[in-house]
Amino acid sequence: MPDFLHFEFMRNALVAALLSSIACGIIGSYVVVRRIGSISGGIAHTAFGGIGLGYYLGVNPLFGVIPFSLIAAIGIGLLTRKAKVAEDTAIGAFWATGMAVGVILIGLTPGYAPNLFSYLFGNILTVPVSDLRLILLLDILIGGLVWLFSKEFLAVSFDEEFARVSGLRTVLLDLLMLSLIALTVVIMVRVVGIVMVIALLTMPAAVARMFSRTLHGMMALAVLLSVLFNFAGLWLSWVFDVASGATVILVAAMVFLASGAATALAGRRRH
Amino acid sequence: MNEAVIVCDRLGVTLGGMKVLDGLSMTVYKGDFLAVLGPNGGGKTTLLRVILGLEQPSSGTVTVFGARPGHAPGRIGYVPQRLFFDRDFPISVEEVVLMGRLPRRRLIQRYGRIDRDRAHEAIETVGLARLKHKRIGTLSGGELQRALIARALAGEPELLLLDEPTASVDPDMKTTVYDLLDRLKERHTIVLVTHDTGTVGHSVSRVACLNCTLDMHGPASSLGTASLERVYGHPVEVVLHEHERHDSKPDDLHA
Repeated sequence: MPDFLHFEFMRNALVAALLSSIACGIIGSYVVVRRIGSISGGIAHTAFGGIGLGYYLGVNPLFGVIPFSLIAAIGIGLLTRKAKVAEDTAIGAFWATGMAVGVILIGLTPGYAPNLFSYLFGNILTVPVSDLRLILLLDILIGGLVWLFSKEFLAVSFDEEFARVSGLRTVLLDLLMLSLIALTVVIMVRVVGIVMVIALLTMPAAVARMFSRTLHGMMALAVLLSVLFNFAGLWLSWVFDVASGATVILVAAMVFLASGAATALAGRRRH
Repeated sequence: MNEAVIVCDRLGVTLGGMKVLDGLSMTVYKGDFLAVLGPNGGGKTTLLRVILGLEQPSSGTVTVFGARPGHAPGRIGYVPQRLFFDRDFPISVEEVVLMGRLPRRRLIQRYGRIDRDRAHEAIETVGLARLKHKRIGTLSGGELQRALIARALAGEPELLLLDEPTASVDPDMKTTVYDLLDRLKERHTIVLVTHDTGTVGHSVSRVACLNCTLDMHGPASSLGTASLERVYGHPVEVVLHEHERHDSKPDDLHA
């Protein structure tokens, strides 16, 4: 056993990395093929309001993140699809409002807000076992719903108009998918924090897409890549004694850029 | 009298304040192969979208299979003009065609043996069996068009709606697409819209002209029929003329 596995917090961190990668790879694949990364970023940042609420009420901030990210998902979804508000406007409005609510609530909370930094930028080394249980529960929920709705989600992702013509309730399916993104955000806040969720949600899936012929294959590869990025980032952060979440993101970014460059070079050689 | 499949009665559609369709009346009967001709921006796609229930009429009525549009998804196969999709989307031809079975399956019900069989039959019909495991983004324009037709056929529709089926297809592949439609007309009612007057070919049974620049205000539309016959080289029936432009162009043609 490598020496860093002697510590319980390290073992918890690896379990957290594994569990979060499942949701991240599956949902991240939808985010990438549907190009809704900015909505996902909006949902994640709105969730800061939930963290403020958690501090203010003195409960686990993740329980504040769940309603805030869900409200953001459904709010942005309804505004853009029903009220015809431009998508970037809706995202910006929720993004800033959520952060504002968080700042005010944290300000109103007496005393110092401990670990605030870890919710913003993640700290996988401090994930308590109770959060691991919550993450596992959310994984099962997300995986189960994706399994149930896989044919519908594939249809709305690939050709929304055809899905609608085929009799699918595409707005409801969209809202469901956005809600699953919101729950994935809850999981990832612990690992990489609100600010960096969007990067870990998209980069493994984006790399996976270059090597996949089916959406399911892409999801499986994205989960695997996410696990690899997490483990490598965790180990490097241990070796160099730097922030774990940020290291994971940098590892992912290097692989993402390298595979993008390789694809561009290969394309150039073909022409 | 044949069964009426689509009935438009004084249909008008306004999109973003613009009158796209106005006072359009037509009936499509079972077994028809109707080509709706017209220039780009003439409202052809809008007409299809209204029939599909994707756009609402602002005046007049449309019924499809005797009901409001959008209420018979399983009986209609839709082939969009050009699939607005990401060429990198990880999905095989077979999976795209299988989507044509969506109206035949309930929510969260999985595709079964019969769905796969129908999808494979549709792929065989359009001649793409060799490419069924290929990623959809690797197909050529003509192959993609046939894949989209296969997707529509997989749902076993009675009515096929095609939007510019040859718009992004090489000239020699256009014949392939029309040969395919020629075979399909035996078992399906077909409505296709196109601006490409040269390729409608011999298979169509009726031609309608939407927003055309021929002036058909006159009591008899013999001029239009004659000129269309000249274009197509065989007798055609003019069933619809719709006018939005009241500028000088039609008169020029008369002169």
